[in-house]
Amino acid sequence: MHGTHGTVAETDHDHGGADHGSLRSYITGFTLSVLLTAIPFALVMTHALPASEAIAIALVLGVIQMVVHLVYFLHMNSASSRSWNMAALVFTLIILGIVVVGSLWVMHNMNANMMPGMMSGS
Amino acid sequence: MTTLATALENTTSEADLGAHADGHHDTQSKVTLGFWIYLMSDCILFACLFATFSVLRHSTFGGPDGREIFDLPYVAVETGCLLVSSFTYGLAMLAMNRGDRSWTMRWLVVTMLLGMTFVGMEIHEFAGLVAKGFGPDRSGFLSAFFTLVGTHGLHVTAGIIWMMVLMVHLMRRGLTETNRTRLMCLSLFWHFLDVIWIGVFTVVYLMGVAH
Repeated sequence: MHGTHGTVAETDHDHGGADHGSLRSYITGFTLSVLLTAIPFALVMTHALPASEAIAIALVLGVIQMVVHLVYFLHMNSASSRSWNMAALVFTLIILGIVVVGSLWVMHNMNANMMPGMMSGS
Repeated sequence: MTTLATALENTTSEADLGAHADGHHDTQSKVTLGFWIYLMSDCILFACLFATFSVLRHSTFGGPDGREIFDLPYVAVETGCLLVSSFTYGLAMLAMNRGDRSWTMRWLVVTMLLGMTFVGMEIHEFAGLVAKGFGPDRSGFLSAFFTLVGTHGLHVTAGIIWMMVLMVHLMRRGLTETNRTRLMCLSLFWHFLDVIWIGVFTVVYLMGVAH
């Protein structure tokens, strides 16, 4: 009985850590996301880099910041990797990719190939 | 349907392996998983709006483009409000885990005020644009802009109302198991909105100005 109780306490603690986070993890997440917000804003506002490079960096940092939020605020981690939450997230990301990339691709082609000026069949 | 039910059953029993023998925790993980799936469907809604915006970003129809109407320092303050509010909601959850109702309430109030500041600033921005004649009817770009950013703003507003209702629940009944589950769901919702906002400030404002 004692042995079981020990395991219960341990598992409970682990579960708590994975699900609810700790003050330290919230502070880490907050610090990281402040940095990841400040850098792209500073880059665009100071015109330190050409537009295309600033945009590329902003997009990459944006994705990293989303991951930081998922890990530190929404508590997605290796423990949740085999859970249904993660399965739903991965499924959503696939749909999201199809919707966004697909729309941009199709509409770009439409724009490039079907503009009124180009209808004369060149 | 049966498979999904079995799957849910398995997940919850796995997560609770040796944790709590009672049924409360079981209900909580089921509710939060269900809410998570709602959030994922909301995520797809936003993906469609992002795709629409990206397609229409250059369709200004002679009207202003992002560079002319976006005020980055203003957006940075809005972003700061939302970011800090995510952190303070986290502190509310930590207080909840300690079983400390008064600090949970205090952090919720701070979170709510930050959320209200955010929504207020957004309404002010929208009103300014409409007053200058740059409303959603001006161009495809502005329609997409108002739809995407406005939908996010409506979500934040819904979150604020939900937070007020929860505070009443907390005052009347305290940190009961049901209220904890509700706080947990709102926590997911609030952090999720912050994640969406990262996409908004990157794709709409930063890319709009840098172009």
